[in-house]
Amino acid sequence: MSKPKTMPPEYYELLEQIQAVDFALVELNLYLDTHPQDYEAIQQFNTLTYESKKLKKQFEKQFGPLMHFGRSYSNYPWQWDDQPWPWQV
Amino acid sequence: MWYYEKKLQYPVKVRECNPRLAKYLIEQYGGADGELSAALRYLNQRYTIPGKVIGLLNDIGTEEFAHLEMIATMIYKLTKDATPEQLKEAGIAPHYVNHDKALFYHNAAGNPWTAEYIQAKGDPIADIYEDIAAEEKARATYQWIINVSDDPELNDSLRFLREREIVHSQRFREAAEILKEEKDKKIIF
Amino acid sequence: MSHTHTKYYYPYVSPFDPCKPISPKSYVTPPQLYLGFQPPNLPQYDPKEALFRGTLWPALYSKYDKKGDRGDVNE
Ligand SMILES: [Fe+2]
Repeated sequence: MSKPKTMPPEYYELLEQIQAVDFALVELNLYLDTHPQDYEAIQQFNTLTYESKKLKKQFEKQFGPLMHFGRSYSNYPWQWDDQPWPWQV
Repeated sequence: MWYYEKKLQYPVKVRECNPRLAKYLIEQYGGADGELSAALRYLNQRYTIPGKVIGLLNDIGTEEFAHLEMIATMIYKLTKDATPEQLKEAGIAPHYVNHDKALFYHNAAGNPWTAEYIQAKGDPIADIYEDIAAEEKARATYQWIINVSDDPELNDSLRFLREREIVHSQRFREAAEILKEEKDKKIIF
Repeated sequence: MSHTHTKYYYPYVSPFDPCKPISPKSYVTPPQLYLGFQPPNLPQYDPKEALFRGTLWPALYSKYDKKGDRGDVNE
């Protein structure tokens, strides 16, 4: 049986960039749930959404799909079930 | 429906193989004020709350599952390579003989998770104040876990989770104001 | 909107208390107790720092250190 490979440092760096942008999106999302009229916050939300999509495209090209059920593309063979899972890294 | 994303909300690092900490962390996994309770409480309440605050309950409930996954990750890392002897020293032999390394939804005292932990009164004011209290209790639990943990990297992730309870509490307090708001009157900042 | 994050109180100390009395005792009063309905356009952390702190807004950040590391009382 082959051992799963260890992830390189770039994996952690890029992942952390995504975590940072996505976290700001969570914060703005909850804020907007109680401040639906804040135009600037909505603009910031949309800008960061664009940024997040860009980073994830880059990440997925190197490390495989981030999402399942048709939210990410797959190479051959099927990549989704590749290790590591988030709790393993 | 939900989609899974193959990432944690916040990086979880653990410096030492110290399974004793897993014994404390399980409180936030299957305890009364833990992340499972939080997620299920909010997602359940969203069906019977006024439309103005459904989105907030939906989104905080969803975030809580990401926190549950962080807690599970901490426990997994702390126990996966621990020997039965180490688990015994850490005081989790009773868990081990029943579940081996499997996680189980129970609290630090070993009591299994129960739906009695989560309230759903159907009264929007009662439910939102319940949620504010739940967030403050979860914040306090994180404080007490940080106080007994000496792993600096683990504490970094626990501080993140504690801060999230503060932000959730803030948003629920705002939701209470939205529910109290008189028609056609703007909320005063 | 400045406030202290910790409050102190003095429990009664009996001459027969078995453990060394902790006095004063403290509890935490984080910013969500004071902020009110969050005003728009509050200053923000950049995304990296926001992630590290667990909030996008300095107004909601609450520092928490282990008791003993905190520099307040020996609780
Ligand atoms: Fe929460």
